[in-house]
Amino acid sequence: MKANYGYHDGSGDFFITIDSNLCTGCVECISSCPADVLEMITDDYDDVVAAVKDEHRKKIKYSCAECKPVDEQPPLPCVAACEPGAITHSW
Amino acid sequence: MTTEYWRWKEYNWKNPDIDWKDAKNITVGVDVGSVSSQAVIMTDGELYAYSNMRTGSDSPESAENALDWALKDTGMTLDNILYAVGTGYGRVNVPFADRAITEIACHGRGANFMYGPTVRTILDMGGQDCKVIQVDEKGKVQEFLMNDKCAAGTGRGMEVFADLLEIPIEDIGELSFQVDEEPEPVSSTCVIFAKTEATGLLRQGWPKNDVLAAYCSAMALRVVALIERVGVEEDFAITGGIAKNAGVVKRLTGYLNLEALQPKHDTQIAGALGGALFAQTLAVKEGKVPS
Amino acid sequence: MVSIGVDMGAKNVKVVVLRENEVIGKALVTAGLDTEGALKEALQSASREAGIDYDEVGNITATGAGRKDVPMARDELTEVGAAARGALFHFSDARTVIDVGAEEGRGVRFNAEGRVIDFVINEKCAAGAGAFTEAMARALEVPLEEFGPLSLKSDREIPMNAQCAVFAESEVVSLVHAKTPKKDIARAVHDAIASRITSMVRRVGVEERVALVGGLAYNVGFIDSLNRDLETEVLIPPDPEYTAAIGAAVVAAERGAKASEGGENS
Repeated sequence: MKANYGYHDGSGDFFITIDSNLCTGCVECISSCPADVLEMITDDYDDVVAAVKDEHRKKIKYSCAECKPVDEQPPLPCVAACEPGAITHSW
Repeated sequence: MTTEYWRWKEYNWKNPDIDWKDAKNITVGVDVGSVSSQAVIMTDGELYAYSNMRTGSDSPESAENALDWALKDTGMTLDNILYAVGTGYGRVNVPFADRAITEIACHGRGANFMYGPTVRTILDMGGQDCKVIQVDEKGKVQEFLMNDKCAAGTGRGMEVFADLLEIPIEDIGELSFQVDEEPEPVSSTCVIFAKTEATGLLRQGWPKNDVLAAYCSAMALRVVALIERVGVEEDFAITGGIAKNAGVVKRLTGYLNLEALQPKHDTQIAGALGGALFAQTLAVKEGKVPS
Repeated sequence: MVSIGVDMGAKNVKVVVLRENEVIGKALVTAGLDTEGALKEALQSASREAGIDYDEVGNITATGAGRKDVPMARDELTEVGAAARGALFHFSDARTVIDVGAEEGRGVRFNAEGRVIDFVINEKCAAGAGAFTEAMARALEVPLEEFGPLSLKSDREIPMNAQCAVFAESEVVSLVHAKTPKKDIARAVHDAIASRITSMVRRVGVEERVALVGGLAYNVGFIDSLNRDLETEVLIPPDPEYTAAIGAAVVAAERGAKASEGGENS
């Protein structure tokens, strides 16, 4: 299952997509995130997978601001930490 | 008292062909949304009764009210129900629930029952959120997106316009087609800015119906952007309150260049229905159904 | 030499007349449907206050969302550049300017010459703009000018869950129903918008000192919340809504001077 966490508002698309079919539950992404945005959950189909915390889903544009500056920069910590490539960002 | 143009009718329904006393597996799904709450009762895999009400300020009470209303005149009580699943925004506050399941999974399963196993993409336009869900032939979620951060593309956004234009919300769809020429969509996505824009259009002398048309198109376009993020695979179905607004639905399917499946039941019950279906399975799994 | 800066905003037209780096006339006219008429009126009114003849004007520069619709302007300047130059006009030690108007918010970092280093803009969403506080004041039934002072009376922090202004309106109404004091709700509203503006501006890197301009610079409640969030004391210029027009006038003077130099040399 691909979970798109985030939103689309007047100012743009702000989604973090986590593919639970790829996620191995290694928790590397969680420790890599400086803003403590990610957590492990047991989803509705009883898979233990990474997810964006509820309190960040409506403000990830702001929560992720630290790693998402205006200029170009190296891969995001969470994306870089995820070996199976389960995490993608929309913006 | 001032007129509340956003207010829609609450109601309940029961299947006259079913005698629940013959049933072995009786379950309920309760969807406590931010705006509306539904309870769906299933007997041996069949839809037996449901209710649809406005959510009050208290989630547990709204869940109980929805259940009571679905049970009304059936002779059934909570004691007859083997398994209850809570879903929706207030799912953890359903006092009689045996388990809480997210509305995403419940919508997938509910839509699979309502529209049949060919449905692959479900758009749910609720009171305070908008969801795009892709499911397999069993109704299991393959991909989802939920936008509950922003009011644009939700029932709440439409309510704001019903109030602004002083038009009952149930009439908006039809009135939005009573225009000489289809106007340009309102350019602002944000409901607050769209409201300012609409006020400006009215001041310029635009008829109300044209403003409605412009807003319905804007809402449709915005939802199209969300759907395209996930991708649309047919068959396509729309659930939730806005599914009843032809002004948005027809424009939306027009932009996507496809048809939406016709619903067999009230489009607002999909989540609760999915909850009741999960409950059917769980009741068997947990040995609650007498053999 | 006399120069003029015109800021064609979404709502208002602002005009500033500058002579030898001093503001000698200014005017603000609400545009409504007739932007052309409002522009003329603002130009006349500011020129009258300045006591100048049109012949004296060396250069006119336009900024703002409607800067293309200023036919008498000889050149234009982005809102970002105008905010930086306007902030620097008032405060030579400012290096970051936060500009929050009714419909947008922006953060700009610049150097000592007013050259823009980095900027970020939030538009098209009321959650990060002045419209958010306006909507909340309305929901709370408090006049906008009393909303900021009311917030200062609160000593309690309550979080707001909603980001969207439409959903926040409902949240404010439920807080009122739950008998939450209005002053605490007012503070929650200002804390919420300040926190969004702070996160936005951090993306460009906040360099001291920080100036705040635009309509929200009049709101003491917002200023208080913003100072707490940024852990600094923001600088507020006099007549903050004229900052962009001043920035445009400063640039008009510079470009006018360069053009006349060039003219003499040729």
